[in-house]
Amino acid sequence: MTQQLWPGVPESWSSLVQVPSTAAVDRPGTVHKWHLLDNGADLAARGVEPAGTLLCVHGNPTWSYLWRSLIAAGSTADKPWRVVAVDQLDMGFSARTGAFRRLEDRITDLGDLTGALGLTGKVVTVGHDWGGLISLGWALKHRSVLAGIILTNTAVHPAGFNVPPALQLALHPAVHGWGTQTTDAFIRVTHSLAQPALARDVRAAFAAPYRSAARREGVANFVADIPAESTHPSWRTLNRVADGIRRLDVPALMLWGPKDPVFSDRYLRDLMDRLPNADVHRFEGASHLLPEDVDITAPVFDWLEKGPGTENREIRGRAAAGLSLFRPMLAELDERDGDTSPAVVDMAPLGAPAGSAPATLSWAELTERVNRLAAGLSAAGVRPGDRVNLLVPPGIELTSLIYACLRLGAVIVVADAGLGTKGLSRAIKGAGPQYIIGIERALIGARAFGWPGVKISAQTLSPARARLLGVKHSVPALIAAGEGRDVPWLAEKPDADAAVLFTSGSTGPAKGVVYTHRQLTAMRDALKNTYNLQAGTSLVAGFAPFALLGPALGATSVTPDMDVTSPRTLTAAALADAAAAVGATTVFASPAALVNVLATSGELDPDQRKALARVELLLSAGAPIPEPLLARVSALAPNAELHTPYGMTEALPVTDISLDGIRAAGAGNGVCVGTPVSGALVAIAALAPDGSVGDTPLDTAGVTGEILVSAPHVKDRYDRLWITEAKSSSLPGWHRTGDVGHLDEEGRLWVEGRLGHILTTPDGVVTPVAAEQAAESVPGVGRAAVVGIGPAGVQVPAAVLELEEPARRAGTAPQELAAAVRTAVSAAAGLDLAAVLVLPAMPTDIRHNSKIDRTALAGWAEQVLAGQPAKVPGTGDANERRRRSAGNDFGRSPAPRPGDRCQRAARRCRRAAAGGEGPHGPDPAAHPHAVRACHACRCRRGCCRRGRRRGRCGCCRRAEACCHRGRRRFRLRPGRRRPCCRGDGRRHAPGGKGVLHR
Amino acid sequence: MHLAAKVSFTGEWQDFVDTNIIGTRTLLEAAKAAGIRDFVFVSSPSVAHFGGPIAGADAGTADPDRARGFYARSKAAAELLALAEDSPGFRVGAIRPHIVWGPGDTQLVERVIDRARSGRLPLLNGGTALIDTTYISNAAAAIVRGLERMDHAHGQALVVTNGQPRPVGELLAGICAAAGVAAPAWSVPGGLARGAGSVIERLWLAAGTRGLVQDEPPMTRFLAEQLSTSHWFDQRRTREVLDWTPAVTVEDGMRRLAAHYGGTAA
Repeated sequence: MTQQLWPGVPESWSSLVQVPSTAAVDRPGTVHKWHLLDNGADLAARGVEPAGTLLCVHGNPTWSYLWRSLIAAGSTADKPWRVVAVDQLDMGFSARTGAFRRLEDRITDLGDLTGALGLTGKVVTVGHDWGGLISLGWALKHRSVLAGIILTNTAVHPAGFNVPPALQLALHPAVHGWGTQTTDAFIRVTHSLAQPALARDVRAAFAAPYRSAARREGVANFVADIPAESTHPSWRTLNRVADGIRRLDVPALMLWGPKDPVFSDRYLRDLMDRLPNADVHRFEGASHLLPEDVDITAPVFDWLEKGPGTENREIRGRAAAGLSLFRPMLAELDERDGDTSPAVVDMAPLGAPAGSAPATLSWAELTERVNRLAAGLSAAGVRPGDRVNLLVPPGIELTSLIYACLRLGAVIVVADAGLGTKGLSRAIKGAGPQYIIGIERALIGARAFGWPGVKISAQTLSPARARLLGVKHSVPALIAAGEGRDVPWLAEKPDADAAVLFTSGSTGPAKGVVYTHRQLTAMRDALKNTYNLQAGTSLVAGFAPFALLGPALGATSVTPDMDVTSPRTLTAAALADAAAAVGATTVFASPAALVNVLATSGELDPDQRKALARVELLLSAGAPIPEPLLARVSALAPNAELHTPYGMTEALPVTDISLDGIRAAGAGNGVCVGTPVSGALVAIAALAPDGSVGDTPLDTAGVTGEILVSAPHVKDRYDRLWITEAKSSSLPGWHRTGDVGHLDEEGRLWVEGRLGHILTTPDGVVTPVAAEQAAESVPGVGRAAVVGIGPAGVQVPAAVLELEEPARRAGTAPQELAAAVRTAVSAAAGLDLAAVLVLPAMPTDIRHNSKIDRTALAGWAEQVLAGQPAKVPGTGDANERRRRSAGNDFGRSPAPRPGDRCQRAARRCRRAAAGGEGPHGPDPAAHPHAVRACHACRCRRGCCRRGRRRGRCGCCRRAEACCHRGRRRFRLRPGRRRPCCRGDGRRHAPGGKGVLHR
Repeated sequence: MHLAAKVSFTGEWQDFVDTNIIGTRTLLEAAKAAGIRDFVFVSSPSVAHFGGPIAGADAGTADPDRARGFYARSKAAAELLALAEDSPGFRVGAIRPHIVWGPGDTQLVERVIDRARSGRLPLLNGGTALIDTTYISNAAAAIVRGLERMDHAHGQALVVTNGQPRPVGELLAGICAAAGVAAPAWSVPGGLARGAGSVIERLWLAAGTRGLVQDEPPMTRFLAEQLSTSHWFDQRRTREVLDWTPAVTVEDGMRRLAAHYGGTAA
């Protein structure tokens, strides 16, 4: 063991160098002592020739200690790198020079040092905070050795430079000296930004060089040297560097912590504008001290290894060359600009009062409208490549906007309210649109959460409201402005970005997914060829993503009277009316919508039934759908072929299966999702016994592994998530889905769950689906999850159950139940369960409220089975509660999906007790109460809805004082005694303690 | 084959030294003197259990300084002694069967039944800790395999279990059901039991030296640790080295227990 100077820093890294200064601020002949952390000596001692040098420059008020993880990783990497982390002069353990060193001096200083060190060969700069700017200044002066630049949470933004509020405070004369030098307040505040908090010894190490006011002079000067105004002495240098980097053609990597209160996303966007070819990764949830918050070593050395740009770009180029014809998304519109037959029908037009007549646009009208809108947007400043976020419900308005943006070459950003307000906010900030076009509710959100971009209202707003919401334009005004403007449209560039979509976010924060025009057209063609959608067909668009493709397909599309972001608002009558309006032969819907259609099918009149009988193809997309439900849908639309595709935001669709196909496949290990759609290839990367995934795409039947997809309509890349992208496309030409499954003899794909959910037992890898299905078949068991306990390779399986009659407390299951579950699982899946545990309620995700949070569950089970006390997941945890309460997207709780359990089960379904249908039917429609939300956390977990009893939310445990008789329910805020109405005209104290007052 | 040992949760250290350490040394010397080629030392996984949870770990090295309780310490010292004697001419292997039970077992099964009958059997932390056990005939078979496979097994310690970890509460309940007595119903926090165990252990030892008590103490620190933390093992090496798999599952074992004691198998 080598002696450690500070936690994680061996003595051998620390060195002192005497460097003659050429900085303007110093007298000629001045020599300064520099302190460095440098693994060069270690590597030399081992006789290792480094691949190059990382020159790491810290910001204020940190020091080279920030880079210790890079130095360690550089020493041990397969191809080692020399990592030189400097302490800037007046900072860290370098000399205190007594001079006020400005930006120009610091850039010169760094050059003096590298000159003295004699750095040659490949040098990659790494900069954080103001060190980023200094490293870039150095980079511009040392082009001959510069091989790349890496930036984390920094800024070079002089034009319209707005000093962030936190820094403004630090700069304020009343605060500056006191906050940065007299006391260590600035240092402490900076350290406190770490997510999670720094360990005590690490914090002490960061503070070590700045213990006295005299040693903090550099910290104060650094802050004072921030060029906040154009009169500032460092302004010119800042400007020079900021402009200079536009001409840098070396690879660049930007790693960013978006929670940084100072160097926020806007500086990242500015840098991306200056270095458009940079690889970017945003670590959602990480903050300013990024190297402390997350592991940056793996991506940095991975990036250095792979070189700039992802392989995908080359692959894409090759694939593009192979494709014969590119037919733009707008081709169909342009060809039919004289066609007066209906193109789009909106059963409930935006802004129209309820019950008003449907709006219809013919192909000619739609083309005209799209062109005008595009011209108007162009006049408003939207340029090709600009990102435009559309927060408009599906219908004519959204269709026009999408095609107008595509026409302009602008990139559409489509985020849906199903992400929850917080998730949506994160997604929009991450995508960083230049424009936001939204309905009023969305614009209020944009105002409240500070979403970036120029705001455009979808409807005309009163001047006062427009001012209040910061709205610059409105869509009607843009259309008017675009009238008569004859803009020569550029042809769509096939490989330019066209759209950013978002994943559901049920496994971590939602990820942005970028599609190019070529990939969008491929998606269109995959649908067209798989489902034989000819131009001239008409379709009911009850499922948003596919609905948008109608005009590109050349199909007449009708948006039914429903809230498409809330599928369960689709009634049978609305569907039938929509189908009747255009004589639709095709219906796109989501499972949740179909559930409601079935529930309301009794209201149909004979004409409406006739309209549904004309449907030839019914597509249920969005989630797997149980066979019994499909069978009931089949009864409603007797002539329709029922299909359900499998896919993901990154590749939509991948496979398809019909109702007959599901029946033919029968039961098996997993869910059968059918065969690949037109143009798609599916392969399996086999799972090794230790749970690692192979690197060979296999199409052998029976091999279980990660599902790989190759198709022209697979996403281009993840947006600003370089690491995620590098992982997902590590097999050239394939997209790694993260799903586990196998192919059968007939080439059908069976999905067995997520890669993160597999168990690695001594007998090999086990996917839990079969065991879970077996456990759920035991009477009394609601949902079951089988998790692995113990280290990888020797895991033993344990079942965690949610019971129909909810368990009072979490722990081991009663003996008889445990024995029954063991027998069932052993018989069906051949697994010997080590333990059977019960929970009052499963921890689940927000969006669907159906995906079990297995990471939390496995962690809990692991602790319990080690004999340690463990907090039951998803109940008492404050963070969790916050996360959940954030799920109230514009006041609407997420829709239920098939497979959602009757949430009433958490508190015993009284309807079932009274002889009604079982509490756990697979069909939530049979349980209207299943979809009600807990008013405290909107998690839809059952609270009492009967008479006088007050429920506690089964999920957040917050007391809910509510009246269920008199329909009014109140949320009880913690700490507030809020009276509630029981329908008897009186107000009662929460807790039923009697009448408060009349 | 050397299985003899003083197994107790209480008693004087010197007794353990005499029986377990010196006894082993004597036997080793005698065996060598008699020209015996193979020697199986039956040890205990507790020689490498230092109080924390063990989940899917390999056998680990015996450590007399860190093992818990006199029994485990003396067995650890004896195991080190035995394995140190391993040489091509005198091959020594250690087999560590983990918690052996079966019909007629007085060490565990009948004590559990006895305690449960008189209501003196608590669960610790709800009895959720996962514990590996070994059905008696499996343990016997594994020890025999140890001798037969000595060319592979010599010089190392192998933990032998059924490879079916179960929550300790479930095992106790199973044993109780097999004997037709009520399962333990009350639970004590593990920390409390460990503290109480330490106290009782000293009292019992003090009382024992004065001849006041004869039987085992109701709780000791060692027992509390054993009952409140998980300990189950990676059996891959054992099964490979011994080329053996347990023939009787935990469930089969419970049925045999029930047949023996006249209760019901859960």
